[in-house]
Amino acid sequence: MRRIFEVYGALFKVSTAVQLQYRASMVIWLISTVLQPVVYLVVWSNVAESRGGSAGGFTTTDFAAYFIVLMIVDHLTFDWHMWEYDYRIREGLLSPLLLRPLHPIHADIADNIAYKLLSLLVMVPAAVALTFLFRPALDPPLWALLAALPAVLLAAAVRFLTSWAVAMAAFWTTRIDAINNIYFVTELFFSGRLAPLALLPAPLPFIATLLPFRWALAFPVELVMGRLTPRETIMGLLAQLIWVGLSLVLLRLVWRAGVRRYAAFGA
Amino acid sequence: MGDQSLENVIHLHNLQKTYTVHEREAGLLAAFRSLVRRKTRAVRAVDGISFDVAAGEIVGFLGPNGAGKTTTLKMLSGLLHPTAGEVRVLGHEPYRRRREFLRNIALVMGQRNQLAWDIPAIDSFDLNRVIYRIPQAEYRQTLDELVTLLNLEQLIQKPVRNLSLGERMKCEIAAALLHRPRVLFLDEPTIGLDVTMQRRIRTFIGEYNRRHQATVLLTSHYMADVEALCERVIVIHQGQILFDGDLSALVRRFSTHKTIVVDLPGGTRGNGELSRYGEVVAQTAGQVTLRVPKAEAARVTGRLLADLAIHDLTIQDPPIEEVIEQVFNQEPG
Repeated sequence: MRRIFEVYGALFKVSTAVQLQYRASMVIWLISTVLQPVVYLVVWSNVAESRGGSAGGFTTTDFAAYFIVLMIVDHLTFDWHMWEYDYRIREGLLSPLLLRPLHPIHADIADNIAYKLLSLLVMVPAAVALTFLFRPALDPPLWALLAALPAVLLAAAVRFLTSWAVAMAAFWTTRIDAINNIYFVTELFFSGRLAPLALLPAPLPFIATLLPFRWALAFPVELVMGRLTPRETIMGLLAQLIWVGLSLVLLRLVWRAGVRRYAAFGA
Repeated sequence: MGDQSLENVIHLHNLQKTYTVHEREAGLLAAFRSLVRRKTRAVRAVDGISFDVAAGEIVGFLGPNGAGKTTTLKMLSGLLHPTAGEVRVLGHEPYRRRREFLRNIALVMGQRNQLAWDIPAIDSFDLNRVIYRIPQAEYRQTLDELVTLLNLEQLIQKPVRNLSLGERMKCEIAAALLHRPRVLFLDEPTIGLDVTMQRRIRTFIGEYNRRHQATVLLTSHYMADVEALCERVIVIHQGQILFDGDLSALVRRFSTHKTIVVDLPGGTRGNGELSRYGEVVAQTAGQVTLRVPKAEAARVTGRLLADLAIHDLTIQDPPIEEVIEQVFNQEPG
């Protein structure tokens, strides 16, 4: 255990130092992270208003709360390595990582956490500003807020592991962007990013419970909104655990097969 | 450690690597055709090579571009899976990439880097300390040693991207050696560097080998590297070994000519006369350099000494570059 902390401490130091070199690009990236939910927020608030104040059980202030919380949860759970793997393999950057006596995933996890902690410096003020601007209706019970902590952590784990597994496709194809796009379009609908899942027509919310995306994003948001019963919360946390387990198994399999292929075709 | 006999740190037997490459003719039509049916071709990069390297040896691995040197180094360091044959390094099968194995080797490639670009090398060094589990005291000692030998003190505090190619290479080598690997694979460590920097890195590799009894396998295009460091060379061409032995034996076996340098106190008396003895390759006021077939060297020397008033005469082997070129020009047999 001490060893893990030591390794992560060291990786974390390097990641933070590197990211501090790219402050400008970080700010630009964060602007898009803030803008996207704001656009959805404005659109859905207008829909609610035109329907006499509510759409699918969401009032304008509910939408405000949903998308502001979504923005934060999205920020805390997202991962970008699937956009980098192709480059990493093509440019031979993976080879030095494979020669270290440490699985390359650890550096990526540390990188992910370092980025999030640094960028909270921008995200928190953004969320506060949006709160003043849009007056969200948010009054969750305390137990839901407490349950949201493990829910966010598990959501981050599900999201990181699934997207890292998808990134492994780069071992087989150089057209990784197409695969990433399929992943993101599916995610857009079933994660609750586009709209609260409760608003989707009949079979879609059910399908969403079977896919990993809800557990990687919408679930903690619904929890903080106070829209889930304790029973639904426990089932949700269990679903997240199952997805963490499944994606770990998947990741192990594709990683092994991928590295074998890398080693067969030339590094 | 201790799970392997120290005699042979590296063992290869009939090692092969075949790549499958996609083939396509030029042009749009060919591009569409390749959508339906992809033509592939098997390329044999390494075609059954065998050798052993003992602990503490420095072996030069020579061959033209595409000979299979880098492929072999990658198989030895675990980045590539052999198609067939046997490979063992420190008793491990490298492609399993066991931690115990990785902790005892290093691969330095002239054109690849492990140092993070945006931060000072010392930060990357410290990361390696943790990843390779180097005890603090040992880390300090090794770092001091590397800083002194490679003259790094001014460099390791600067972001890597601000370093020159040579400076970066020195830092890369230092990063690769912090964990004191027992086996070191160097792929063109001096490529693109100026002569002074080449010499410095060369001296350093020799010093590292002596101090830590490390086994070193190195490829280089610069014969000076090989001459300075390697008692033994392995020449590889088209995936096969052409020669394995010491440098002088390589020269003996493959050089077809000798160089005779003659000092004439009275000055040279014109080309016409001296070219009777052999090909005149250089000529200054009082000195002529002749190139003669090896078999005739003794006879020509005798004639020269008998015919001319000679002040001094030396018989030399041709430059190693020339010999190597000759080796590559013949088909592997």
